[in-house]
Amino acid sequence: MKIVVCAKRVPDSAAKIRPAADGQSIDTQGVENVISPYDEIALEAAVQLKEAGVASQVTVLCLGPKESTKELRKAMAMGADDAVLVLEDRPFRDPTATAEALAAALEGLSPDVVFCGWKAIDDDSSAVAGLLAARLDYAYASFVVKVEGADGGLRVSREVEGCEEIVHVPTPCVLTAQRGLAEPRFASLKGIMQAKRKPLAEQAPAAAENASELVALTPPPARPAGRIVGEGAAAVPELVRILRDDVGVL
Amino acid sequence: MSGNVLVYLETEGEGLRKPAFEGLGAGAALAAALGVELHAVIAAPNASAVAAATRPLGVTVVHVIEHADLATSLAGAHCRAVKTAAAAAGASWMLFPATILGRDLLATVAGAMGAGVAADATAIDVADGGDVQITRPVYAGKALQVLVARRSPFCIGLRPNAFPAMAAGEPGRTETHDLPAAGDAPAARVEEVKAPETREVDLTEAEIIVAGGRGLKAAEHYELVEKLAAALGGVVGASRAVVDAGWRPHSEQVGQTGKTVSPRLYVACGISGAIQHLAGMSSSKCIVAVNKDPEAPIFKVADYGIVGDVFEVLPALIEAVEAAKSA
Repeated sequence: MKIVVCAKRVPDSAAKIRPAADGQSIDTQGVENVISPYDEIALEAAVQLKEAGVASQVTVLCLGPKESTKELRKAMAMGADDAVLVLEDRPFRDPTATAEALAAALEGLSPDVVFCGWKAIDDDSSAVAGLLAARLDYAYASFVVKVEGADGGLRVSREVEGCEEIVHVPTPCVLTAQRGLAEPRFASLKGIMQAKRKPLAEQAPAAAENASELVALTPPPARPAGRIVGEGAAAVPELVRILRDDVGVL
Repeated sequence: MSGNVLVYLETEGEGLRKPAFEGLGAGAALAAALGVELHAVIAAPNASAVAAATRPLGVTVVHVIEHADLATSLAGAHCRAVKTAAAAAGASWMLFPATILGRDLLATVAGAMGAGVAADATAIDVADGGDVQITRPVYAGKALQVLVARRSPFCIGLRPNAFPAMAAGEPGRTETHDLPAAGDAPAARVEEVKAPETREVDLTEAEIIVAGGRGLKAAEHYELVEKLAAALGGVVGASRAVVDAGWRPHSEQVGQTGKTVSPRLYVACGISGAIQHLAGMSSSKCIVAVNKDPEAPIFKVADYGIVGDVFEVLPALIEAVEAAKSA
């Protein structure tokens, strides 16, 4: 079983985000980049499936700038066998064009399982995996919190509205990872050394049009200054009055 | 000339989920601005009964698709149902709630129909020239993106609690359709569902959230947060520190690597306000913070703050809220 993990390079969740002057991108000054946390969970789950003998190969696929090489080396240090970097050629790419470019790359890789995070923490669309499943006509299961080998594919647990759903997913399939699925490991020194020699292929993206146009990227509206109601338990009666009279929740 | 607006109405038991009414509200505004009809689709094993019981308002046609395969929360059958309704409705615009199933449908329907996508919208506006502009938070709310739809059809996901619920209008007529058979490709199949005894309101849809942080010092003190949430009629959330420490489940985490929420009231107890937490909750309508450090970043986004020890303030607050509720 061959697994391809889609991994996106994104600003770390601790980063301050400042829209840049072009109105299309963010100011990258001082911003640390990482593999999007949910993609990293998907990668860890894929590597564990390989270690358990369920998968034979784990490839990491990234659509991003040249600098994403650093994140791909890290992914290989964590256990991926090889990497494919589809070089980004535009400042703004929407989910439609992202899925189109990834689908074209995936067709060349012919995976049994495509594993993504349930969303990337920069764009927050949570749409690319579902678009890929529909576009490739693969089986699809989202918000996976457990995965194991099964006859003809995989058996997964999904976290759905407080229920746990056990689902048989035949291959080929697209899965998305939710927190709780796996705890990403720290790369070992040996892993880091080995990753330097693992294959990393670069390719140009297939032609794909955005279905939307980005007309503005702005900071969120500032919240009006709040006020300190008081100190300690003595402030509670005034807070309760506010909750009743001003907020209207009591 | 734009086609009609179709809203996907997610069911729950014999009725509709709250985001369905927000979908109708958003859909009615978009249809009015474009001068087109508003249609809705109910796809469930008991869709006819739900349509008859709820009679959604302001809709020209409610498309009803009833089939046993729609009992699952896997997207496949629902995706075929929505495609059928979209064809019958002559839809150019399809609206989905940003729930678990709604997110999957947004993407799979768009993929199956070659439609454009904008997820998790907080506003939809029609500009003078007829461009449909979608505002959506990115980086968990650290920035806002404004997109113009450039493809037809186009699918839009709606963030819960961001659009007013439909309150007026006449119920429309009902049209019933068959669910088309699945294609040849093997699909995912539910083998078992383990349901808890009581289903809690999902954090992203909750009106009131009470969240705790490291200031609570130990898992057992979370009882204070639970009691305050119960007193206010809300649900419990948590900071990443608390989830990482294993005090609370992942499903309760609020922030950039957890859930992004916009409730009417967010009460932060002993949460200092790391940037990734603030990103996930600063679009709440009203924020109340209790923290003993007057310099904590949480006070920069809070509408109302109490500087004090959670172990002193929360018991007094629980008692006062319970008293106010019973008064």
